[in-house]
Amino acid sequence: MESSQIEAKKRQRNLLTRRIFAQAYLWLLIVFLYAPILLIIIFSFTRSKVLGNWTGFTFDLYQNLFTGYDYVAQVHVDPNLYYSLFYTLLIAIVAATFSTLLGTLAAIGIYNMRQQQRRAIQFLNSIPMINPDILTGISLFLLFVFLNISRGLTTVIIAHVVFCTPYVVLSVMPRLTKMNPNIYEAALDLGATPFQALRKVMMPELWPGMLSGFILSVTLSIDDFGVTFFTKGSGGLDTLSTFIYADARKGGLTPELRPLFSLIFVTMLILLLIINIRANKQAKKN
Amino acid sequence: MNKLTAIFDSRRTWAWPYLLFLILFVVLPLFLIIFYAFTTPDRHFTINNFLQFFHTTEAVNTFIYSIAIAFITTLICLLLGYPAAYIMATAEFNTPQVMAMLFILPMWINFLLRTLATVELFNMFSIPLGEGALLYGMCYDFLPFMIYPIYNTIQKMDYSLIEAARDLGANKREVFTKVILPLSAPGIYSGIIMVFMPTVSTFAIAELLTRNKITLFGSLIQRAFGEGGLTMWNYGAALSLIMLIIISLTSFFGNQDDNETKTNGLL
Repeated sequence: MESSQIEAKKRQRNLLTRRIFAQAYLWLLIVFLYAPILLIIIFSFTRSKVLGNWTGFTFDLYQNLFTGYDYVAQVHVDPNLYYSLFYTLLIAIVAATFSTLLGTLAAIGIYNMRQQQRRAIQFLNSIPMINPDILTGISLFLLFVFLNISRGLTTVIIAHVVFCTPYVVLSVMPRLTKMNPNIYEAALDLGATPFQALRKVMMPELWPGMLSGFILSVTLSIDDFGVTFFTKGSGGLDTLSTFIYADARKGGLTPELRPLFSLIFVTMLILLLIINIRANKQAKKN
Repeated sequence: MNKLTAIFDSRRTWAWPYLLFLILFVVLPLFLIIFYAFTTPDRHFTINNFLQFFHTTEAVNTFIYSIAIAFITTLICLLLGYPAAYIMATAEFNTPQVMAMLFILPMWINFLLRTLATVELFNMFSIPLGEGALLYGMCYDFLPFMIYPIYNTIQKMDYSLIEAARDLGANKREVFTKVILPLSAPGIYSGIIMVFMPTVSTFAIAELLTRNKITLFGSLIQRAFGEGGLTMWNYGAALSLIMLIIISLTSFFGNQDDNETKTNGLL
């Protein structure tokens, strides 16, 4: 009796140590992942030109970021920072919208295809996902050169639609498989036009898939560097990625990038926490 | 008009615009890489672009070096990432749900900026920028891509199989090597692909992390297109084709449904 109790206690203690070790390991990785980000956030509160050189606490960089003017140094903040931010968002939203429409239609089409056709188009669909950004970028660069199309905003948006749409197709497909295939036919039989049936019957069912496809597209588009780099041309168009790359090669990053990304990061953190807390509440209710 | 409705009614045709788009912007551009790789700037057939590569020792060395670096990065990410994914996905360790979220959050900060911050971190502790910094930075950038697919497969695993193995007398090690590991293989495959592909082709990260001290294959390609001017495009296309072959070979080893794991992993 006693020995079995000791045994159970031992096992309990064993489990506890394992848990502690496991959690410590996760936190170690978290520190590894967050150390550089923390550095950016900390140094967004100091004026120094270079990261890592603390020159006293101040909100100056935040003020500069929002006013576009550095009152202490009496200079304007690099206007390209704002242009590239604007173009990053513009490209992401336009490309994600096109991708969502094109990809949703494609998913419905693919779903209704016969096995062989379906496999063929799914293979083509997977190419942009497998291809590294440098190859997607270079192949499109050669296409635009070959067709004599001058590179700029339009070519960048096309390029982003290329690598975003496959993810929309893959996000919408599972919704189609879950959907009752007869309700669309039923809507047609009851006199709806295909457009009405699409809008009123299919869209509500596909909506969550489209939304996650859209969000994923925006994320991919904002984070892209390689494809944009090869398709933007030399007309001075920049996204945040290519702006940072050019800036870093010149030596010295624009300090206002630090508060900008700190704000983006904190916003995302709060959003994720809210989503998480909500999901937890939902789970508890059920 | 009737014919038009008929076309619209068969929903198969709804994929046509995308099919056309894929042919024009995915298939044709890939063929253009092949076309440029085998031609001279005045569009005559040649294999000189490839000979030029194989005769430049420096280029061949860079190629081998890049593959080695990508290989080591993938291995480190797997060794670091698998335990993390396992701990988060298995109920035994009682990991709070928010932990998984914390691992994707860094991806929301532009990877170039994160890389530059890593550079500054090294500078602060006066660690020299070189191979070590490169490996650190690469693992840092791509670790989440290894953790996610593995996390997803382990989470979806059928736990009754593990219990069955235990009931049938398997010890802890046997349960892991004979049940859990084989069942998480699809996640490992997609993780390997998602880390290996970008590391073998990256150029910006290496340039920033080593201050141009180390050149990777991606940088060779980028230079051929960026600084080489018109005459170098065909050579650059040949290099791209070589990389395309490497990529195709790698993805060939991946399994069919890794696409699914990929999207599920990201959202």
